[in-house]
Amino acid sequence: MDDIFGIPAPLLFGQLLLGLINGAFYAMLSLGLAVIFGLLNIINFTHGAQFMMGAFVAWMLLNWLGIGYWWALLLSPLIVGAIGVVLERLLISHLYKLDHLYGLLLTFGLALIIEGLFRNYFGSSGLAYRIPEALSDSWDLGFMFLPVYRGWVVVAAAVMCLGTWLVIEKTRLGAYLRAATENAALVQAFGVNVPRMVTLTYGAGVALAAFAGVLAAPIYSVNPQMGSNLIIVVFAVVVIGGMGSIMGAVLTGFLLGVIEGLTKVFWPEASATVVFVIMVIVLLVRPAGLFGRA
Amino acid sequence: MTLDRRSLIRTAALAAAVPALGALPSGRARAQAGTTLKIGVLTDMSGTYRDISGPTSVACVRQAVQDFGSHGFNVEVLTGDHQNKPDVGSNIARQWFDRDGVDVVVDVPTSSVGLAIAGVAREKNKVCLNSTSATSDLTGSACTPNTIHVTYDTYMLARSTGGAMVKAGGDTWFFITADYAFGHALERDTTRFVQAAGGRVVGSVKHPFPGTTDFSSFLVQAQASRAKVIGLANAGVDTVNAVKQAAEFGVTRRGTKIAVLLMFINDVHGLGLRTAQGLVCTETFYWDLNDRTRAFTSRVKDKLNNNYPAMSSAGNYASVLHYLKVAAEMGADKAKVSGAETVSRMKAMPTDDDVFGQGRIREDGRWVHPAYLFEVKKPEESKGPWDYYKLLQTTAADEAFRPLSEGGCPLVRG
Repeated sequence: MDDIFGIPAPLLFGQLLLGLINGAFYAMLSLGLAVIFGLLNIINFTHGAQFMMGAFVAWMLLNWLGIGYWWALLLSPLIVGAIGVVLERLLISHLYKLDHLYGLLLTFGLALIIEGLFRNYFGSSGLAYRIPEALSDSWDLGFMFLPVYRGWVVVAAAVMCLGTWLVIEKTRLGAYLRAATENAALVQAFGVNVPRMVTLTYGAGVALAAFAGVLAAPIYSVNPQMGSNLIIVVFAVVVIGGMGSIMGAVLTGFLLGVIEGLTKVFWPEASATVVFVIMVIVLLVRPAGLFGRA
Repeated sequence: MTLDRRSLIRTAALAAAVPALGALPSGRARAQAGTTLKIGVLTDMSGTYRDISGPTSVACVRQAVQDFGSHGFNVEVLTGDHQNKPDVGSNIARQWFDRDGVDVVVDVPTSSVGLAIAGVAREKNKVCLNSTSATSDLTGSACTPNTIHVTYDTYMLARSTGGAMVKAGGDTWFFITADYAFGHALERDTTRFVQAAGGRVVGSVKHPFPGTTDFSSFLVQAQASRAKVIGLANAGVDTVNAVKQAAEFGVTRRGTKIAVLLMFINDVHGLGLRTAQGLVCTETFYWDLNDRTRAFTSRVKDKLNNNYPAMSSAGNYASVLHYLKVAAEMGADKAKVSGAETVSRMKAMPTDDDVFGQGRIREDGRWVHPAYLFEVKKPEESKGPWDYYKLLQTTAADEAFRPLSEGGCPLVRG
């Protein structure tokens, strides 16, 4: 068997693949953040809590209403997105004219409150959510066994990321959105309802987080802290990719998943730190991020 | 609704301060004239160990105070949230000892915090009754005359769960270990048992704590090592994630066994029986173990907000009850004077309570009582909520824990 840097090649391939799968979560979450930041100029620290809510809503749908995984994949983002819309109207919309810091403080506070409420009600040890029957098998790839569900996660995430990118870059709606970021007053003068568009954009960004949450529910522990564990890494991903760059966020998400996966083989203790080391290096060399425009 | 800057900042600052609001006095147990003993429950109210300690531990402590009844002195219970950080925990404990006149700190999950608080209690000559930290160093190299280790430790877990796995033919091991004091201690103690039984450790990875959600990479590495047993030397949500993902990757279906070296009943609840069935784990208390444990659980249950006590939270009932008995015997005024003196009286008196039954506390601070090896039931075997365990094996009190002579505790003469 061939070795690469002292690690058997099959093991390394396996780790690359697993890294890519984890990268799918980073990509989806950083995509939502990038969309919200790009169009609203709000650093949405509630994103992790909304990811968590997505998973919890899926659990509630199943256990309280008997609604299964596939419907949850549609309903949970809609419900959490609607809650996002309410939050945006009630609170966040008052901050657009102020410095970034205010939006950050508000959304951070909201995240703490939401997580606290869930913790009070559901406790901290988590809830069980099963992998849907249709995806509970695994494939023998020769170098490892890959659960079908993980394959589904990568495909679903890739489709979702590509779809979002297409909407923003290639459609008329996307053109309005981008135009509104450049000059909201002018777009409004053309008869486009900019505040409503911004609200819906926030809702869509939140729905993306909830979608990722539903995808995560069967494989990660569904508990109130599940988002706060991920969100810091995801912020690093957005910073590395370049604030506001959609494609940058997606590609960086997948890339860092792979790098983190490899670190877990060569130096496991550092696997939680490696993303931040890369962030520091990128900020020193390219302050606007890998894909950002200075 | 309008928001100006000032009210916004207030809101945000308030939200950010929420985790720091832990250390508030939470009411008197009884208000009478005379001496007041103050019990500080230093615990995790907001993080990963909340369900195995936190509010459940507080309820168990209050239950002990209530069951103990009135003996001519007052008892006050305070709670503090150490957020699993040694510096935060030490600050609260110092404040309690120096300013608030707290006499005894109980619970203290997270080994790194537990070791720090044992040091503070010794420095201030107070009492520390640690139920929820796991490291066996608390009664080994780090033992003090002021600390009692109540419920379990890494040596006992390694012996009971690890020993049973080796006996069942699992002679090659791969560890997935949380990279902090507790994980290291658990891996070290288990390794000794594996090797003593003629087994071999073929590899190990240390994962960052906290901050690891995906264990698939480590599980694949473990499988590649061809070890017969994957030993999980972690706890709480890390264990839940690792077990969940091991099931997803079909680890056990291919003949590899998972040794969950530390799992509480709340973790089983979080996993669900379908995923957790067949796992073996060790606890020193199970609510449905015997008449006394059932009686205790039915008394405390209504105060628990749908949670059930694990050995960790229930241990606080035993420790506080014993402390209060000793305080009543020696006089509450004297109990306040010297923590070391109170602890030495606690060691002299045999223990008896509904949680552990009869037991005793050794001179190194180790509370000895039987340890139980459980297997998690299949979904169809479970008859009701929280009916999760069947008893496989009982290790007698004298054999469950590390022999006095092997711990290296300086308090042990001989």
